[in-house]
Amino acid sequence: MKFIFNNDQPIYLQIVEQLRIYIISGKISPGEKLPTVRELAAQARANPNTVQRALNILEDEGIILTERTNGKYVTSDTRLIRKIRHRLATDNVSKYFAAMSALGFTQEDAIKFLIKEE
Amino acid sequence: MPSHTKNTKIPLLSCQNISKKFGDKVVLNNINLEIPHGKIIGLLGQNGAGKSTLIKLCNDLLTPTTGQISFEDQPLGVNSKLQISYLPERTYLDKTMRVRDAIQFFSEFYSNFDIKKSHTLIQNFQLDLDTRISKMSKGMQEKLQLALVMSRKAKLYILDEPLGGVDPAARDHILDTILNNFDDDASILISTHLIADIERILDKVIFIQDGKITLQSDADKLRARRHASIDEIFRKEFKNAR
Repeated sequence: MKFIFNNDQPIYLQIVEQLRIYIISGKISPGEKLPTVRELAAQARANPNTVQRALNILEDEGIILTERTNGKYVTSDTRLIRKIRHRLATDNVSKYFAAMSALGFTQEDAIKFLIKEE
Repeated sequence: MPSHTKNTKIPLLSCQNISKKFGDKVVLNNINLEIPHGKIIGLLGQNGAGKSTLIKLCNDLLTPTTGQISFEDQPLGVNSKLQISYLPERTYLDKTMRVRDAIQFFSEFYSNFDIKKSHTLIQNFQLDLDTRISKMSKGMQEKLQLALVMSRKAKLYILDEPLGGVDPAARDHILDTILNNFDDDASILISTHLIADIERILDKVIFIQDGKITLQSDADKLRARRHASIDEIFRKEFKNAR
């Protein structure tokens, strides 16, 4: 798994966002076992404490579960995954409209533009 | 004898009201800091800020003018020197030695030296056991020193400018090695002026300027508060102080 960080935002938040996307997009499947904290830290080239912090947040969200001696798994709750995917997609839409508005597009024109381009 | 249970309430290393003068020159002024278990901490400052002096004090190579340093709540001594693995800024190995001689030297000197691990690290760094240190580039010598220091099973690793004088590709390799050998209970104190290169692996940062600590913080919390990289924050602080 590849992670790209920039130093001007908290690293743990960037791990949360990028791991969340890997899970939501299905690159890590529902029910699949996650690499250990150390393995993730090595892949991300990050501090294991920071990785642990990120995993705790994803666990609070419910998309990751810890199975006592077995490690961490992606949830099998596909409804939750769909719900989060919808939330992230909605965020992307807001970002699209904001960016287009900065270029002088109304929301209506931004939608028309999108349909035309696709 | 230190107990084998991990007491995380006692900091690993603690500096209380440390000052150091050389004659009339005050190099460190009222330094207070704690190093907890299991963290990577950056001691960040310009050259001449006092970092190396502070590190030498922690290694009992210098005596403080005032103040106390304790390791696991005990004064510095035989135990702290066993449990602290120190990478000095300047290479100090006998240049006539070959890599294997340096390994042997360390294994004889330190009871907690792991020979197998040293071989693994030497291999990772693509160094050869039979090369003489005098024939090695600066970068290779730095890697060798780091390999030797990280091969000791210590509670605290103090690395003074581990990235100094090394090209960017080698820096990444060194950072990866530091991270991959980061043990659960041990802590690593990295002292450097190359903040941008190192900041992403730090749990906590300590800024030192003109012998004084100007800031101590969890790294990510600082980024969140200031919406900037540690490097940028440091540059701003440094400018403000002048």
